[in-house]
Amino acid sequence: MSNILEVKDLKAYYGPSQALHGISFSLVQGGITTLLGANGAGKTTTLRAICGMVRAEGSVLIDGEPVTGKPTEAVVRLGVGHVPEGRGTFTELSVEENLRVAAYTRRDRSAVARDLEMVFTYFPRLKERIAQQAGTLSGGEQQMLAISRALMLGPRLMLLDEPSFGLAPLIVQEIFRIMRRINEEAKVSMLLVEQNAALALELADHAYVLETGRVVMSGTSADVKSDEQIRKSYLGY
Amino acid sequence: MEQLLQQVASGLANGAIYALLALALVMIFVSTNHINFAQGEMAMFSAFICWQFIDWGYPFWIALPATMLFSFTVGVLIERIILRPLHTAPLLSVVVVFIGLLAIFHSLAGAIWTHTIKPFPSPFPDVSFAGSGIIGFHQIGMILVSVGMLVLLFCFFRFTSLGLAMRAAALNATSARLVGINVDWMLALGWGLAATVGSVAGVLVAPVVYLEPNMMAGILLYGFAGALVGGISSPGGAVAGGFIVGVLENMVAYLGNQLERATGVYLIGNGEKLTVALLIVITVLTLKPSGLFGHVTVKRV
Repeated sequence: MSNILEVKDLKAYYGPSQALHGISFSLVQGGITTLLGANGAGKTTTLRAICGMVRAEGSVLIDGEPVTGKPTEAVVRLGVGHVPEGRGTFTELSVEENLRVAAYTRRDRSAVARDLEMVFTYFPRLKERIAQQAGTLSGGEQQMLAISRALMLGPRLMLLDEPSFGLAPLIVQEIFRIMRRINEEAKVSMLLVEQNAALALELADHAYVLETGRVVMSGTSADVKSDEQIRKSYLGY
Repeated sequence: MEQLLQQVASGLANGAIYALLALALVMIFVSTNHINFAQGEMAMFSAFICWQFIDWGYPFWIALPATMLFSFTVGVLIERIILRPLHTAPLLSVVVVFIGLLAIFHSLAGAIWTHTIKPFPSPFPDVSFAGSGIIGFHQIGMILVSVGMLVLLFCFFRFTSLGLAMRAAALNATSARLVGINVDWMLALGWGLAATVGSVAGVLVAPVVYLEPNMMAGILLYGFAGALVGGISSPGGAVAGGFIVGVLENMVAYLGNQLERATGVYLIGNGEKLTVALLIVITVLTLKPSGLFGHVTVKRV
């Protein structure tokens, strides 16, 4: 099984300030890996660095192809669907336009139509609201829309930045269940950034824990979950 | 009554021009948050280009598309070459560059074609429509061509995927990049389209106000007024605003004329048209700062 994502010695900067101090991790094709850590640990920065949204150094390989230094739209076209922090909804466009715009770079019309059907199977609520202005959707629906927008790219790898943020527990559970289905059925590998460690460790098979821009622990979810330090710091018991 | 209809017709015709300019201004504002102060001079320059094509013997309906293509290219080049390096520059620097562009186009037009006022041939017959004495063919032409362009643009943005991509790039550049859209090129295309829209306005108005480098300065102010009245963030609003300003300025002048005729007192008339337009702007902005159709952006802290 090859690695869909390989990160080596990644450093990232916001202007003069350094946010990542050389982190390394990898994601196996078809797997789900989660990045855990407190606020400011560098989890979101990592996703941004992979997508070329912040100044970065080091090596990032998407399915063997180096992407450091490439502009965001070029990384996306390699098959990376980034579901950003805060959903990134095009609030003034309709639900349908939000989905259509993600298919802008794709040539295969029938594949796009199939993916649209797939999206509606996963999220029937979006089909109900298809003509509605996206900004009027609830938080949970906007999260579903954000995930769907990434799916409409036909990605091989999805980067999810705190999908549980600000959502009611029931909705979060529903969304995480659907994420597992997407991973298994559509064979999309996932890199999940989450502050809700318990939820993330339930879904992911591997985990890396970040602290102030460095990896401090890594392993299978089972190992990380049972680690006493982790339990105390991130799982609260 | 006849004079009133004439004024409304003329107001709509002028309003069509203001609507085109307002739309060009809004297109660039919505995608870049900048006001293109050089829009008027670019339109004037385009009108001269069209005049040149006609002077070389080409018929109007060949000269106009050629001019539009030229203006589109210039618009794209300006964004790519001059404005691209300024993406992160302070606002004042960008404003200075716009004013510089204004001066360059103005002086270039004067240098190439001199400041002598030239008549601009209208493609429409110089007769009154249906002998009515209310509206001329050129005025109808102004309205029809403008409305035609506006409808085409609306369809482009609403129904094509490139139009959708451009809208997305203007609404949320980061999210647009995350779906693979090359936002930089979308901005350049937006500039090209705005320049094209402006060029049509310049060519349509030139037969009425005569061609010379100072032609568009006052007209741009009306276009600006239209954009502000309609809402600088709303393309539809800008178009409506342009027509509103066009009709209102004529209405106020008409009322002033009637008043003078009835009472012999000259309170307001043709000389105050620009003042009226600017007063409309001040009133709308005081009462509804986002314009009639614009929206207030609420930012969550």
